[in-house]
Amino acid sequence: MPLNTDKTIEGSFQLIGGDFSIAGESSARLKSILTDLGVQEDIIRRASIATFEAEMNVIIYAAAGTLHYEISPRQIRITLVDMGPGIKDIDQAMQEGYSTAPDWVREMGWGAGMGLPNMKKNSDEFKIDSVVGEGTTVEMVINLP
Amino acid sequence: MKLGEIVEKLSLDVKTGHHGLQKEVSGVYVSDLLSDVMANSKEGNVWITLQTHLNIVAVAGLKGLAGIIIVNNRQPEKEINDKADSEKVTIMTTSMPAFEVTGKLYQMLN
Repeated sequence: MPLNTDKTIEGSFQLIGGDFSIAGESSARLKSILTDLGVQEDIIRRASIATFEAEMNVIIYAAAGTLHYEISPRQIRITLVDMGPGIKDIDQAMQEGYSTAPDWVREMGWGAGMGLPNMKKNSDEFKIDSVVGEGTTVEMVINLP
Repeated sequence: MKLGEIVEKLSLDVKTGHHGLQKEVSGVYVSDLLSDVMANSKEGNVWITLQTHLNIVAVAGLKGLAGIIIVNNRQPEKEINDKADSEKVTIMTTSMPAFEVTGKLYQMLN
């Protein structure tokens, strides 16, 4: 089904570290925007999972962050910029099962070391940059058919 | 099988989202890891877990799950109810442990 738009739609959501009560809200809103645009279901599913995991990383690890989305007829681009501790070893962080989450976060069923791998798996392009002590930037692109 | 039939046969206690009992159940997913449920559950699944906090509602809503069964007589945290009702997520509880409720559902659905 063609996308119900020929221009680029963009917006941002603010995320606050430690606020688990807002977890999933940005991905739910993005999901409803994509649904309204007539994007096909499997792509909405991938974008939702990738965005939810990205939100969780900001909530678990950072003080704050911004999630920016840009939907063009060709692709969905989701960019996260956080003010967090940064990641020392990105290759290690990308390994499934590796996590630095504290115990109380693991008890909630998060911090299983699946977040970044899930984000990568559901994206067509995945980029991550991090500076220890400053923060992390993640960019995910999902192509539209 | 409809969610309502499962509730009746297993004597589950429905806490939120009573309207969801008409939903058709596509299968069952058992996990206490939220990223695992996000990655591997399927739309229309019933999710069996011991997690009781708010984020289970968001995960179930995002994945379009038929409902959540909380095991071992654990109760959903208080602030869940409003969110679950507004997101149309059905939460049920049981005194059975995960193994038992999963086994019974496996027999019912296969």
